[in-house]
Amino acid sequence: MDCYTANWNPLGEEAFYRKFELYTMEWGLKEDLWDCLVAAAPYGGPIALLKNNARKEKSPNTRPLLEIYSASGLLLASIPWKSGQLVQLGWTASEDLLCIQEDGTVLIYNLFCEFKRHFSMGNEVLQNHVLEAKVFHTEYGTGVAILTGAYRFSLTTNIDDLKLRRMPEVPGLQKPPSCWAVLTQDRVTIVLLAVGQDLYLLDNTSCSVVTPPGMSPSAGAYLQMAVSFNYRCLALFTDTGYIWMGLATLKDKLCEFNSTIRSPPKQMVWCTRPRSRQRAVVVAWDRQLMVAGDSMECIRGRHRFVLDEDSYLVPEPDGVRILSRTSHEFLHEIPEASQEIFKIASMAPGALLLEAQKEYEKESQKADEYLREIKDQKLLPEAVSQCIEAAGYEHEPETQKSLLRAASFGKCFVDKFPPESFVRMCQDLRVLNSIRDYQIGIPLTFTQYKRLTIEVLLDRLVLRRLYPLAIRICEYLRLPEIQGVQQKDKSDEEVAYAINQKLGDTPGISYSEIAARAYDCGRTELAIKLLEYEPRSGEQVPLLLKMKRSKLALSKAIESGDTDLVYTVVLHLKNELNRGTFFMTLQNQPVALSLYRQFCKHQERETLKDLYNQDDNHQELGNFHVHSSYSEKRIEGRVGALQNAVDEYYKAKNEFAAKATEDQIKLLRLQRHLQEDFDKPYLDLSLHNTVSTLIQDGHHKKAEQLYREFKIPDKRYWWLKISALASRGDWEEMEKFSKSKKSPIGYLPFVEIAVKHHNRYEAKKYAPRVTPEQRVKAFILVGDLEQAADAAIEHKNEAEMNLVLSKCSATTDSAVMEKLSRARALLLKK
Amino acid sequence: MASTARRDAPEPPDFGILKRLARDQLVYLLEQLPGRKDLFIEPDLMSPLDRIANVSVLKQHEVDKLYRVENRPAPSTSDQLCFLVRPRVRTMRYIADIVNADKMSGRNRKYKIIFSPQKFYACEMVLEEEGVFGDVTCDEWSFYLLPLDEDIISMELPEFFRDYFLEGDHRWINSVARALQLLNSLYGPFSRVYGIGRCAKMSYELWRDLEEESESDGQGRKPEIGNIFLMDRDVDYVTALCSQVVYEGLVDDTFRIKCGKWWEVTSSDKSIKVLLNAQDKIFSQIRNEHFSSVFGFLSQKSRNLQAQYDRRQGMDIKQMKNFVSQELKGLKQEHRLLSLHIGACESIMKKKTKQDFQEMIKVEHALLEGFDIRESTSFIEEHIDRQVSPIESLRLMCLLSITENGLIPKDYRSLKTQYLQSYGPEHLLTFHNLKRIGLLTEQAAGETLTAVESRVSKLVTDRAAGKITDAFNSLAKKSNFRAISKKLSLIPRVDGEYNLKTPRDMAYVFSGAYTPLSCKIIEQVLERRGWQGLEEAVRLLNGNEFAMADGAPEEGAGGDAQRVVVAVFLGGCTFSEIAALRFLGKERGRTGRCGRGGGTARPQRARSTRRCAAPRLPVHLPDHRRHQQRPRDGGHGRGQGVTPSRGRCGRARGCGAPRSAQ
Repeated sequence: MDCYTANWNPLGEEAFYRKFELYTMEWGLKEDLWDCLVAAAPYGGPIALLKNNARKEKSPNTRPLLEIYSASGLLLASIPWKSGQLVQLGWTASEDLLCIQEDGTVLIYNLFCEFKRHFSMGNEVLQNHVLEAKVFHTEYGTGVAILTGAYRFSLTTNIDDLKLRRMPEVPGLQKPPSCWAVLTQDRVTIVLLAVGQDLYLLDNTSCSVVTPPGMSPSAGAYLQMAVSFNYRCLALFTDTGYIWMGLATLKDKLCEFNSTIRSPPKQMVWCTRPRSRQRAVVVAWDRQLMVAGDSMECIRGRHRFVLDEDSYLVPEPDGVRILSRTSHEFLHEIPEASQEIFKIASMAPGALLLEAQKEYEKESQKADEYLREIKDQKLLPEAVSQCIEAAGYEHEPETQKSLLRAASFGKCFVDKFPPESFVRMCQDLRVLNSIRDYQIGIPLTFTQYKRLTIEVLLDRLVLRRLYPLAIRICEYLRLPEIQGVQQKDKSDEEVAYAINQKLGDTPGISYSEIAARAYDCGRTELAIKLLEYEPRSGEQVPLLLKMKRSKLALSKAIESGDTDLVYTVVLHLKNELNRGTFFMTLQNQPVALSLYRQFCKHQERETLKDLYNQDDNHQELGNFHVHSSYSEKRIEGRVGALQNAVDEYYKAKNEFAAKATEDQIKLLRLQRHLQEDFDKPYLDLSLHNTVSTLIQDGHHKKAEQLYREFKIPDKRYWWLKISALASRGDWEEMEKFSKSKKSPIGYLPFVEIAVKHHNRYEAKKYAPRVTPEQRVKAFILVGDLEQAADAAIEHKNEAEMNLVLSKCSATTDSAVMEKLSRARALLLKK
Repeated sequence: MASTARRDAPEPPDFGILKRLARDQLVYLLEQLPGRKDLFIEPDLMSPLDRIANVSVLKQHEVDKLYRVENRPAPSTSDQLCFLVRPRVRTMRYIADIVNADKMSGRNRKYKIIFSPQKFYACEMVLEEEGVFGDVTCDEWSFYLLPLDEDIISMELPEFFRDYFLEGDHRWINSVARALQLLNSLYGPFSRVYGIGRCAKMSYELWRDLEEESESDGQGRKPEIGNIFLMDRDVDYVTALCSQVVYEGLVDDTFRIKCGKWWEVTSSDKSIKVLLNAQDKIFSQIRNEHFSSVFGFLSQKSRNLQAQYDRRQGMDIKQMKNFVSQELKGLKQEHRLLSLHIGACESIMKKKTKQDFQEMIKVEHALLEGFDIRESTSFIEEHIDRQVSPIESLRLMCLLSITENGLIPKDYRSLKTQYLQSYGPEHLLTFHNLKRIGLLTEQAAGETLTAVESRVSKLVTDRAAGKITDAFNSLAKKSNFRAISKKLSLIPRVDGEYNLKTPRDMAYVFSGAYTPLSCKIIEQVLERRGWQGLEEAVRLLNGNEFAMADGAPEEGAGGDAQRVVVAVFLGGCTFSEIAALRFLGKERGRTGRCGRGGGTARPQRARSTRRCAAPRLPVHLPDHRRHQQRPRDGGHGRGQGVTPSRGRCGRARGCGAPRSAQ
C-alpha cells in the first residue's frame, strides 16, 4: 500500500492519471497490430481483427482472416474472409460487428462470426469506392459515415432504420481531407473535416468554413482530430504539434497545448472522466504516448508511458484502453474519492478511516486516535461514503476489500448509517470482478457499469452465451431470472438447436428438465422446441399438459405408442375442455378416440352414445341400442331399445340391419304370446329354434304361420320340420308332410334323419323317392344292399358299385356281391 | 419324425428362465404384503399362474385361500386381500365394490392389486373414480411370456386380437414391445428383425425406443436367438380360417387346448386335465402329423407295446424282477398316453363325421382354389339352415368372403339372413364386427377389384396399372387373396396323389391343398434375408413391411444362434402354422447341413435354418371364428398365442405372441 501511488502521474496540480494492466493478452498475435484492421467495442467489448487485409499481399492462399477476441484475448470465433475488400470494422451498440466493404456494402456479423444481414451505403459508392469509413454511436443508435472516392460523405445515423444521407459537396475538394469526424449536436449529425488549414462543417444542407475560437493562426495544418465519447469536446492536432481542445460546438476553447512533436500521431482520443473538470487527450505515436491537458505540463511517454510495441487506443467514457500484442491496459484519471484517500499525506476523512481500520487490525490504539479525529470533525459518514466510493474505482480486489473493510469498520461508529450503499457496492463489485475474470473478459469499470446498467450487461452476457453466469448474476442480485435467459435475437428453434448441439445425447441429461426450466422462465415456445429433443415421451407429455398444450400433448402421446400416456391426456382433456370441443378433438385422433371408446364401453356407456351422436355415426348408435336392449329386463324395454336401433339403422341407410331388427321385434312379441299361450319359454330362441320348438310341441298351425310371416325359405323349413318331427317321433306327420308337395331338399334328408333316429322302417319308405343320383347312398343308409346294388348297376356307375361292394360282408351278402362283380366286369369290358 | 438331434442342430434356448423370472418376481410381490392373505385371481390368469407357481408355492408365501375374480361378492374373511389381475376396467370395478362394501361395514383390511403384465392408467382412473384409489396399493407383475412348450411361448393375452384388430385399441402394443425387450435381453441381441403389418411395425418401433432408453449392455453376450419375425394376424386370415387337419390342430378344434393343456373326457365321463407338450413322448411324435397317418401310427405303437408286454411270457424270476423294476413303469406310462390319444382320435372322428367333415374340407379347398363358388355358397347355406355349427358356418362364410374379396351383395344379405334365423338375431352385431375387421364383407357394387384391375391393366402400362391398383387398395383394405396366392404359388401343383406321410412342403398341413400364407412369407423372407423380390406380394398385403439387420454376423460367425428364428404372430396363430413352421425348420435344417457337409452349396440357407416359431400358439382355430360376440354375456373370448417352430429336429419352439379371440 505504500507504493500505492507509484503509478500515479500528476497532470497539473489537481489531476493524476494512472495506467494499469487489465489483462495479459493471450491471443498470440504474430502480425503487427497496425497491419490489421482492428475494432474494439467500447464498454470492455470484444475486439475484431482482420488479418492479412493488405491488398498487395493478396495471394489466393492467404485469405484475410476475421477473428473476434474477448478483451482478454480469448478467441471467440474466426472465419476466413471471403467477401470483398474491407475498409473498416466497427461495433454496434448491441455488439454486432459491422464490416464495411470497399463497394459500400456493410455486412453485419454477430459476436461469433455468424452472418446476420447486410445493407448498402448507396449505389453511388459502387463506382467510387469507399475511401474511409467511421462507425459512430448517437442516441439514435449506431451510425455509419463514409467518404467516397469522389470525396463526398454519406451517412446513416441508425443502421437498424436505414436512411442514407448524402452530405453536401465540399467546394473545391480535390484530395481526401486530412482528417474528419462525425459530430452530433442538437440531434443533428454533422461532419467536421479538415483540409490543410481549413475546417469545414457539413450539415444536411450546407457546407460552411469554421474556425475554432482561440486558435493560433500559426498553428498549421490539421493532422488529427478527436471527438470525446459524449460528443461534447473536440481536440485538434496540427502539424506544428499544437493541440487545441474545445467544445465540439466550436464556440469555446477549453485549453491548448503544444506538444512540440510534429510527426502525425497514430491516434488521438479523449481521456476524461464524467463530471471531471479536467480535460485531457491521449495522443499516441509509434512508440510514445502523451497525455495532454489543461496544464503546461504533460505526461510524456518518454518518462512514464513508453509504448514497447504497437498499441491501439480504445476510448471509453471514463478513460482509454490501450491494446497491444501482449497486454491490455487502462489509462484513466484517478477519481476524486481515490485521490482523497490515497494521496500522499492526505488527511481526508476517508484516508483517516482507512488508517484507523488498519491500526485496528493491528490491535493498536492508534485506531481509536484516528477514529476520534474523524469523529471530532463529525465527518465519519463522509469517511465511510468515501471509502465505499473509492472501492468502486479500484481494480484490484485486495484494495477493494481493504476499502470496504474500512467502510464497514467506520459504519459501526455511525448511528443509523443507511446500509444500502455499502451493500450495493459489495454486490456490484462482486459482479464486476466476476465479469472481469479473464475467462469472461469484460473489463468494465464501475463508472462504465453504472452507465451501461445491469440489464444491458446481462444482455451482453447472454449474447456471448454466458448463460450460467448471467443466471448466477440474476440470482445473486435477485433479479427476475427471465433476464438471464432472455435470448432476444435468436428464434426458439435456434436456441433449442444450440442446446441440443451442446448436449447431444449425453446420458443423464434430461431435455424435459431443461424445457421445464424454460417454461418456468416464460419461454413456452422454447420449452416445446426443447421437448422435441426429449426421447422419452413419458417426460414430454406431462410438461406439455402443464403448459396447456393439450392437443400437442395428445399427438405426442399417440406418437409414443404408450396408451397410458394417451389416456392421461384424454382424461385431462376431458376435464379441461367442454364436452363438444373434447369430442371434436378426439375425432381428429382416431387412436385416442378408440381408446376413449374402450374406456367408455366399460365405464360410461352413456358417454359412448354421446360420442356416436356427435359424429352422426348412426350405425354405431344402432348397435349401441341393440346392445343395451339385452340389458333390459322387460319386453317393452327391449322392444323400445330395438325400435331406437331400427330408427338409427334407417338413418345409417343400413336397411338390412333395420329389417333384421324389425324382424327381431316381431319375433320377440310373438315369442311373448307363445310363452303366455303355451306356458313354455320361447323368449330369445332364434327363429329357427322357435319354429322347431313349435313343431316339436305339435303346434303345426302356429309353425306354419311363422313360416309364412317371416318368409322362411322353403329349404330351411323342410329341413327344420323333418328334423323336428323326427325328434318328436311323429313319423305319421312326417309322411304326410313329405307328400304335401315336392320336397325342395329332395328325399335323402328324410332317409338320413330317420336312420339317425334309428328308424329304418320309416327310412325305407323314402328311399325309393330319392333322386336316382343319390339313390345308392340312400339304400346303403337304410341297409338295403340289394336295392343299392340294383340302383348302382342301373346307373352303370363303377364308383357306386365299388361303394356298395365295400359295404358288403362276404358272409351275408354273397349274392349281391356276385351280382355286382358281374355287372362291373361287364361295364369294364365295354 | 426323426427326433434325434442332428449334429448341427442348435440347442433351443432355455425358455425355462422366463418361468423362473416370473416366479421370482411374483414371490417378491407377494412378500411385499407380509402375513397371511387371500389371493384373488383373474380366471384367465389361473392356468398361466398354475404353470408358473403352483398352489404349494403360493402357500409357502402365506397365501391362505384362493378365490376367482368373478361377479359375486367374495366370502373372504382374511384381513389382507391380494388381487392378481389383468388390467381391465371390469375387474377394477369388482375390486372397488369389495373395498367400498368393507368401508360401509366399517371393516379395515389391506388391499393390494398386482397387475399382469402391466398397469394401465385407465385402471387407476377407475379406482380413483370409485373412490378407492387411496385404499389399495398397486404393483406390476411383468409376466409377459409364458413358455408353453420347448418351442412355444405365449403372452396369454386373450383380448389382444379383439382389442387391437377390432377396437383399434393400441394398449397391448406396449406389452408386446416389452416382451420383445425381455426376449432380447435374455436371448439376444437379435441380429435380424423382420416383420409385416401395422401392429408389428409399431411394436418393433416401440421396442427400439425402449432399448434406446434402457441402454442395456447387450453387447458381448452370446446371443441365443439370432432372428425374429413379427407378423400381424390380419396379414393372413385365410390360414387361420381353414380347418385344421394335423393332429394337434384337431385336438385343439375338438377339445380346445388352453395354455398348453386340454380336457380329456374319459370313458367314465370324468374329464381330466392333460398337459400337452414335448414331454409326452407319443404326442411329440404325432402332433405335427396329418391326421390320416396318426391312426396307423398309434395302432403300430400299440402293437409294439403289446409285444413288449408279451415279453413277460417266458421270463425267469430275475428277468421278471428287472422288467418290473425298470421297464414296467415306462410301459405303463406309454400305455396310458397311448390310450389317451387313441381316445382323443375316436372323439375327433366321431365329431368330424357328424359334421360332414369331408364335404367341408372339399368346399374349403374349392374356395381356396377359387372354383365352384356357387356350389360352395349353397353348401354354406345348407350348413346354416341345418344348424350344423354356428362357429363353423361363420368360419366358412368368412373364408368365402376373404378369398373372393367380399361376398356378392345378394349372397351377403341372404347368408346373413339365414344365419340370423338359425342362430338368433343377436348376431347382427357379430356381422358388424366381422365387417369392420374385414373378415366378412360385401363386394363393392358390380365388379370385383381383380376384375377392374385386369381390365385396367390391359389398357395401360404396367406401372400405371400399379398406381391405379394402389389407389384401389387405399379405398378399402382388400384381402387380394387370389392374387397373393398366385404370386406366391400357395396352391401346390400336385402330380398324382399328395404324399401326406412324407410330405415335401408345408402344404401337407392342409392335406396338400394349400401352403399357409403366413409361413410362406416367413420362409421367403428368411431365404432372401429381406423383402427384395417380394415387392409385389407386399403391396398386395397392404405393405408395412420392415427388415433390420443389426451388424449381423456373417455366415457361420454367429454360430447356431443365427439359425434360431422366433416367429411372432400378433393376434395368435394356429397349430397348423406351428406344424408348418416346424416342418420348415426341419427341412431347412437339413439343407443347411448338406451345405456344410458338401462345403459348397448355399451357405445362406444353412443360416436360416433353425427357427423358432414364436408367439403363441394359437391354439385353435383362429380366433376369428369366434369372433362373434354375444351381446348379452358381453363375454370375451379367449386368447391365444402364437407358435413357433423350431428347426431341426422337428420340434418346434415358439415364443409367445398374443392372440385373442372374440
